[in-house]
Amino acid sequence: MTAEFDPRSARAQVAIAGAKGVTAEVLSTQPRKDVIRNTIFASLLFLAIAIALAGLCVLVGKNLVDGWSRLNLDLITQNNSSNPAEAGLRNAIIGTLWIMLFVIGMLVPLGVGAAVFLEEYGNRNSRLIRLIEVNIQNLAGVPSIIYGLLGLAFIARAPLNLGYVVLTAAMTLTLLVLPVVILASREAIRAVPASIREGSLALGATKWQTIRRQVLPASIPGIATGVILAISRAIGETAPLIPLGAATFVTFTPGPFTDFTAMPVTIFNWVKQPQPEFQALAAAGVLLLIALLVVMNSFAIWLRNRYEQTW
Amino acid sequence: MEATGIAATSPAALPRRLQAQSPRYGEKVIYGLLAACAVLSVVTTTAIVISLIVPSIQFFGDVSITDFLFGTDWGPSFEPASFGVLPIVVGTLSVTFWALIFAIPIGLGAAVYLSEYASPRVRKLIKPVLEILAGVPTIAFGYFALIFITPQIQKIWPGHFLGGPPLIFSVLAGGLAIGLMIVPIIASISEDAMSAVPRGLREGAYALGATKAKVATRVVFPAALSGIVASVILAISRAIGETMVVLIAVGNTPQLTFSPVKSVQAMTAFIGTTATGDIPTGSTIYKTIFAVALLLFLMTLAMNLLSVRLVRRYRQVYE
Amino acid sequence: MSNQVTQEERRTEQRQTGFAGDGAGAARPAIEVRAEFQHGAGCGSGEKVFELQDISVFYAGVPAVRDISMDVFRHEVTALIGPSGCGKSTLIRCLNRMNDLIPTAAVEGHLLYHGEDLYGPKVDPIQVRKLIGMVFQKPNPFPKSIYDNIAFGPRVLGMDGDMDEIVERALRSAALWDEVKDRLDANAYSMSGGQQQRLCIARCIAVSPDVILMDEPCSALDPISTGKIEDLMAELKQEFSIVIVTHNMQQAARVSDRTAFLMVELDADETHRWGRIVEYDETEKIFTNPSDQRTEDYVTGKVG
Repeated sequence: MTAEFDPRSARAQVAIAGAKGVTAEVLSTQPRKDVIRNTIFASLLFLAIAIALAGLCVLVGKNLVDGWSRLNLDLITQNNSSNPAEAGLRNAIIGTLWIMLFVIGMLVPLGVGAAVFLEEYGNRNSRLIRLIEVNIQNLAGVPSIIYGLLGLAFIARAPLNLGYVVLTAAMTLTLLVLPVVILASREAIRAVPASIREGSLALGATKWQTIRRQVLPASIPGIATGVILAISRAIGETAPLIPLGAATFVTFTPGPFTDFTAMPVTIFNWVKQPQPEFQALAAAGVLLLIALLVVMNSFAIWLRNRYEQTW
Repeated sequence: MEATGIAATSPAALPRRLQAQSPRYGEKVIYGLLAACAVLSVVTTTAIVISLIVPSIQFFGDVSITDFLFGTDWGPSFEPASFGVLPIVVGTLSVTFWALIFAIPIGLGAAVYLSEYASPRVRKLIKPVLEILAGVPTIAFGYFALIFITPQIQKIWPGHFLGGPPLIFSVLAGGLAIGLMIVPIIASISEDAMSAVPRGLREGAYALGATKAKVATRVVFPAALSGIVASVILAISRAIGETMVVLIAVGNTPQLTFSPVKSVQAMTAFIGTTATGDIPTGSTIYKTIFAVALLLFLMTLAMNLLSVRLVRRYRQVYE
Repeated sequence: MSNQVTQEERRTEQRQTGFAGDGAGAARPAIEVRAEFQHGAGCGSGEKVFELQDISVFYAGVPAVRDISMDVFRHEVTALIGPSGCGKSTLIRCLNRMNDLIPTAAVEGHLLYHGEDLYGPKVDPIQVRKLIGMVFQKPNPFPKSIYDNIAFGPRVLGMDGDMDEIVERALRSAALWDEVKDRLDANAYSMSGGQQQRLCIARCIAVSPDVILMDEPCSALDPISTGKIEDLMAELKQEFSIVIVTHNMQQAARVSDRTAFLMVELDADETHRWGRIVEYDETEKIFTNPSDQRTEDYVTGKVG
């Protein structure tokens, strides 16, 4: 955590000035006032954390209370329907699954490929590499709905003209979460020590042979973690799907090449409905989505901790 | 000693050629494929920029930039249409403002607590909870704003104060929900920045009898300031770009107001409501959507570049 | 066979007692050299594996070694000794073009391998490394099973033959077979440091190289493992040619046929330093009757 600290830097000057101020105060203040102030401060900090945790608990709790009546198997076995009593998330779940299938298929080669290129083939200081890295960093901060507009403009319509189908949604979401996979993969690849690469090259293996047979196999846990985190993020995203025609109230079961629907989209449609019965469904749906994402993220972290290679 | 081994190995055939035995085209193909994957990011950015700029240029052929940026009437679908973007920009910024009012004290408080006060056991408990909060999908926050925060505001708000009484949509409801959503961003990046402050600085102050509160506020916080500011800027960028919460809880009424309990429309909400799949390419409303999106993109881009530069600066000092 | 036993006893005794005699101020360095190395006996066939002609290596323009000229002979163990920082590792990494991996490295001069220019325009570094293998200072087995570690080389190089046989032969040649034959599936990291290094040697042998380069192979190992590997070298040189970098001159005296002694040279204003060969000769001569005073000072322990 601590490292070399340059006492001449501006930051250091600020910190040192603060330390001087503290010293002066300490030597002149009565101890009793200090203790009281310290306690109040610590309590406020604890309050801050408590509020954050409480916020999460209330969020989950309120949905639990509202959606309790609909938290049963019907939620996942019934298709969506305009009759709330018969509505469920089944077709939305299938839609999400189809979309994620395509997403994984595109995400892994593109993300790992980019990471391998940046870590293994790139000259660290070349302008191309820096340009790519800056781009990845910026793309990670672009609002998700703009990705939806990108999908609308170039994928659904000309030049790719795919229409508003599962593949379009998948491509859009892939571009959205690609930076997550690239970042995680780069870290995993970087963790493989140079001695392994040297040992492989010294035997007469080519660069790609070394990458494919030594570096990548050793990086798989980190890469898998990144992919799972990216997928869980993609599953929860609603905004990019809106410009792609997600607003329609879909009741059929989607297939790989049909119009799509997805879990957050259906839940959003329920939220918009005026009938109170749909509110209970929305609450149940939100809980299911949160539970799914929490399980996936925890699994990803567990996976990395369990299979991480200690060198 | 095993003396039998050597004689049995196959003799090294000499001399073998030093030239490459095969042209190894595969290696070059692979290099090309990998480079293409990496360059895809540049292609994506270019595509986004093109997709936003082309309709915007057409838009600004019809509507002057000053009318757009400084006009106070937003009604692109009305007859006659008005294209003053200020109401929805102010809508976005109002929501962001209230989000920050909530998120900055909570997020920074959590960061200071985790960095300076919490024991390792407590940290192990709290950090995963923050991670969970960071993983909650935005639609959950939006719905939470609608079904919980809004009724509470309606209960508490004193009558006609500041434009009340609050109805079903309000800036404050969306703002507080987004605030909760961005707490993990501020907390984790600020905590990183604080942890990077060398222990020696703290210990020097402690040795003089300073309390934890003093050390945290007068030594650690200033030293980590650029990282903290970076986290806030990143959080602002996230709040500006958030769609679902404002769509669900803040409403779609583009009125220019600073009241926290009125319904307004944010930029993202406008895009989300208007950009349904069936708007014709090249129509006025299509161009308007992309012009607003361009403005949104530029705002978040500026924030992100700024925060990246700040993060790089605080990392450089200590590494 | 009896000759080997005598050698082994002598080496063990040497290791246990250090110098025979106190070594300080003695006119004659008290390092025992093996019998078959005296008077050039037991050296290789005289065929040259490497010819280095005025080799200089630069990193980003800064010289690391300068004007190295020496010949390495077939079926011999050639040692590079000298104080740390004199460029021994840099030099040995030229021999299998591992310096190519460092973008700022530049090699000048002529390096001939069996008469062919190793840095010629058409030469493929991958091919070079198939013929000239390397064992590194810190053992670097792959995170795979023992079997897969050995089999990796033959597999990627597309070697024919029964893989089980190849693996067994390599492990026998590295004096490791008996210790691991029942657990070839075990992860390589479950072995001790000495075993791991012998695994790396076996891995190197499995691709049937011509030359084996060893960059301080024993410096991270305990004395017993060191001894085993030194014994191995005597066997291996019958099949391969070996160049070894070592900072332990007794080791050089024990295992090598020829020794090159390098030292650091400073330039006029003492800003740059690089390595040069001071003396290169048969090991016996270097350690019993060196031509250069600096060599004598080093091998008697007066300096370095």
